[in-house]
Amino acid sequence: LSSVAAGNATAGAAQGAKAEGRPAGFLRVSEPVRVYWPFAAPAVVVVTAVIAFPWLFTLWMSLQEWRVGSARSFVGLDNYARLLSDPRLLDALWHTLVYTALAVVLPLLFGLVAALAFHRRFPLRGLVRGIFILPMMATPVAIALIWTMMFHPQLGVLNYLLSLVGIPPQAWVFDPRTVIPSLVLVETWHWTPLVMLIVLGGLAALPTEPYESALIDGATRWQTFRYLTLPMVAPFLMVAAIIRTIDALKAFDIIYAITQGGPGTASETINIYLYSVAFAYYDIGYGSAIAVVFFALIVALSLVLLHLRQRTKWIEVGAAA
Amino acid sequence: MTLRKALDNLGLALALAVLVSPALLFFLWMLSLSLKYEIDNTAYPPVFIPTRFAWENYVNVFQSNAFGLFFLNSIVVTGLSTLAAIAVGVPAGYGIARMKAVKASVVVLISRMTPGLSYLIPLFLLFQFLGLMGTLWPQVITHLVLTVPIVIWVMIGFFEATPMELEEAAFVDGANRWQIFWHVALPIARPGITVGFILAFINSWSNFIFGVVLAGRSTRTLPVAVYNMLTFEQVSWGPLAAAALIVTLPVLLLTVFAQRQIIAGLTAGAVK
Repeated sequence: LSSVAAGNATAGAAQGAKAEGRPAGFLRVSEPVRVYWPFAAPAVVVVTAVIAFPWLFTLWMSLQEWRVGSARSFVGLDNYARLLSDPRLLDALWHTLVYTALAVVLPLLFGLVAALAFHRRFPLRGLVRGIFILPMMATPVAIALIWTMMFHPQLGVLNYLLSLVGIPPQAWVFDPRTVIPSLVLVETWHWTPLVMLIVLGGLAALPTEPYESALIDGATRWQTFRYLTLPMVAPFLMVAAIIRTIDALKAFDIIYAITQGGPGTASETINIYLYSVAFAYYDIGYGSAIAVVFFALIVALSLVLLHLRQRTKWIEVGAAA
Repeated sequence: MTLRKALDNLGLALALAVLVSPALLFFLWMLSLSLKYEIDNTAYPPVFIPTRFAWENYVNVFQSNAFGLFFLNSIVVTGLSTLAAIAVGVPAGYGIARMKAVKASVVVLISRMTPGLSYLIPLFLLFQFLGLMGTLWPQVITHLVLTVPIVIWVMIGFFEATPMELEEAAFVDGANRWQIFWHVALPIARPGITVGFILAFINSWSNFIFGVVLAGRSTRTLPVAVYNMLTFEQVSWGPLAAAALIVTLPVLLLTVFAQRQIIAGLTAGAVK
């Protein structure tokens, strides 16, 4: 679940600056910082304890050879060297990239279509939209369990539905060749609503004048979409793409609950592999190195997307888990 | 013209039907699975609406497992971590908004980009060292990773949008900063607090990864309990689906009743 709140800072700052005749001493330039620190202090303590400390500790541990229950020794960058020659990790990296590419593009596509539909006015819109966003609010493990039943090769409802249109039964998540597309199906079902909400918010904020002139100029519907709507919602699509990329790279619950990375290691992503290394093999040092590289990968891919479109500012993506 | 309009509406209706049916049919199927006897659940072709309802699936969930305990665990973990996040996050959002320290939001972004497991390795070791494993505290504390950034984020947006005039008036009347916050800013921001609370609650309630690592036999939260039912116990589909529905029902109900607030919170700034 994610939140796409973005800084309203600019608006607020502009308001503040405009206000004239402010009571003396209320907000002098130098004062606010000092005066308001105590309000933020407790949160700073909490964030330091549960976010900053684990980060520094992970970095430090990634330089150690350390399995739970055995002695710890400093090994420098050995863990990072080991990453490069770990075939299972490279496999996991490939699975992660395939999974992410599909799990970004498909929700973006369906989310855009859905947003265009929900942007129209129609009866019971609130109710229909409410049903549409239910998947993204549902508990991932709970829905993973139902999907597992639906994927069942003999008794699952999906193969029954396929049989109605004459498609032979599939092995879904039980076949190494179809496991990742099947998991992407679940991920797409789960997260398309978030993309829809972001784009819908963008559509609501669009100016109406260009559409009026397009109407007068006799533009077709496709032209209006292609040359007006699409360019104007592009920044919002980009925000959605970045959020989806971060979330898809980090995907854990659904993959772990449905396949645990299987069959074999066919759907083992970096996050799933990291879990095994750290909490099944208790190889803390190596697991920490994977965590560091994994985080770097997430940041790097997000930055790449960001640079594809400079108009999207970091602050717009700022999103709470 | 009217024909075109009729066709247009028909197209929209069709598009909406196609878009909404995966969500609608999924949850109806979930309900159907949870209310069927094993013989109906293993029938082929599948039985969509059973002739007799297996209400005892729901009773079984609570009888054959420590489901009541796990429900309580979930309420304690989610409740405490959400309330704590409100307690520290609301003043922090206020402070950050008034300091205009927008850069602070980068912390929120980084916390989103960090995989949950990389918090877990150090915190797991720390909790072991402190001897807290086996209690609910490790989960309550770790869930702060989720809840605090959300609340701060939502509150920054709300406090920035509230007008300063009232606070200035209170300042002129001799109120101190704390009194201004408590008596002026906070009441205005109540809708924002609701949004922050709901989003933090949903995130924490649904979290699985922290519980998988940190929960012991008696400290499982609902998502972990349901996962264990799936993997470690041979349970028939009916009770499993009933358990899954029980786990996710609180957040689904919240979504239905607080849709407006949730959407406002999720898209607050992207729209600006």
